[in-house]
Amino acid sequence: MEELLVTARSNALIDPGLHIWTWEVAMYLFLGGMTAGIMVFAAAMTLLNKDEEAPLATTQLALLGPVVLSLGMTTLFLDLEHKLFVYRFYTAFMPLSPMSWGSWVLVFIYPVSLLQILSTLRNGYPRLAVYPDRSALGRRVLDWCESNRRSIAMAAIPFGVALGIYTGILLSAFSARPFWNTGILGPLFLVSGLSTAAALVALAARRHGERLMFTRIDLVLILVELALVALFLINLSTGSGVQIEALESIMGGPYTLLFWGLFIGAGLLVPLLLEVLELRGVSMKVVLLAPVLVLLGGYLLRQVMLDVGQESTWTQYPSQYNAELLDRLHR
Amino acid sequence: MTRFAMVIDTRTCIGCGDCVVACKTENKVPAGLNRDWIVEATSGTYPNLKTEFRSERCNHCSNPTCVTLCPTGASHLWQDSNIVLVDADKCTGCKACIAACPYDARLVMHPDGYVDKCTFCHHRVEKGLDPACVSSCPTRCMHFGDLDDPGSEVSRLLATRSWKVLSPETGNEPNVYYLT
Repeated sequence: MEELLVTARSNALIDPGLHIWTWEVAMYLFLGGMTAGIMVFAAAMTLLNKDEEAPLATTQLALLGPVVLSLGMTTLFLDLEHKLFVYRFYTAFMPLSPMSWGSWVLVFIYPVSLLQILSTLRNGYPRLAVYPDRSALGRRVLDWCESNRRSIAMAAIPFGVALGIYTGILLSAFSARPFWNTGILGPLFLVSGLSTAAALVALAARRHGERLMFTRIDLVLILVELALVALFLINLSTGSGVQIEALESIMGGPYTLLFWGLFIGAGLLVPLLLEVLELRGVSMKVVLLAPVLVLLGGYLLRQVMLDVGQESTWTQYPSQYNAELLDRLHR
Repeated sequence: MTRFAMVIDTRTCIGCGDCVVACKTENKVPAGLNRDWIVEATSGTYPNLKTEFRSERCNHCSNPTCVTLCPTGASHLWQDSNIVLVDADKCTGCKACIAACPYDARLVMHPDGYVDKCTFCHHRVEKGLDPACVSSCPTRCMHFGDLDDPGSEVSRLLATRSWKVLSPETGNEPNVYYLT
């Protein structure tokens, strides 16, 4: 039994527990993951020649990529404390810092994504394509993109995967945060990002066949995500002392309901059940509920990981004041 | 490479907090923030109690994860030594370094938005002086020097006394030592 008294330490953001990152970062992790999924599905559908069966995913989805990513980067920017110095991410490349890799990946995502959009603009958005088609240069650019559509799609997949996986690798690289310090986080975030993008297509698709196709894809992704969450839990529960301690936050601790009830329950299991019922042809008045819940689950995964992870620590200064001891004096 | 270390004798430290005040004064640390602090750890069951005073700060690790994970190079090592500094002109305030410190000790957020931390008073070390906390200690329980020099006071203390560092299992190889 050890009692600690710490004087002169109440540093903002660090004491009593680390709380440096809030919803802004969770939102970026969510939207960044979704962008990754958008790029990967738009590219995969192109490579599989699904123009007829999945017109939304093949020709229109890509346009959402830069939009969603820009929203995410805006919330990420809001989190920076030294905003004027944001350009400093691009005056250095630090090979050992996943955050540096990520910031450079983001720079390449935009042009790749733009090429993806241009290669399907005439098919997906004929009204928008009118504008570049007015000039000779615009026509040549669109023609070039269309004739290289498959190559662009093949390039988009690795960039999408890099965007989807790096956020997980970034968190897992913090050896100082036991809850994050597992390699499962990269694949988990990637699969969750793909799942939220599939849900987005299921939500937006007008063609019944396309919605069913993406419901099926999402079903598989949810199952993979559940398996990865299981591996994550096995990894931490059989890990070092600090990891076992960190896990208590979601095993009876303050984040138990958020993790099990909202993320696992409402965000994975309920949509899984709804999707199974939909695919079995059970008439559902609320077919849109499943993808909405998947999107919610995708956000909650980031939020709960961020909250529990930053609080998990090697260094604890517990109980500086124990009211029970005073009570004993009065007796 | 010079390996600067601080060696603090927990047997003569009385937890007076002069090191904390000296640091705040020397480095003009903003109100409400501290680069160092005192831990009073009492262990055992009454009446068999043992109390240890520790003056804690950034450990200026030999394997500083805060420097590794900084995306801009703002966190860096000073003059081929293990002293970890932050260049305010390169810091975006992303806070990755705060999360990267296993001691939750390294950094505090300066009100201007950049990350601020213990510098081992490198501006004094440069002139051959001890850090402010060390030079102000009334019981002289704090010692500072180069561990790569076997003749230095810190080397000799570690060779002759029993000592510990905080959470060595983090793998960060901290350079603040506590004589026990």
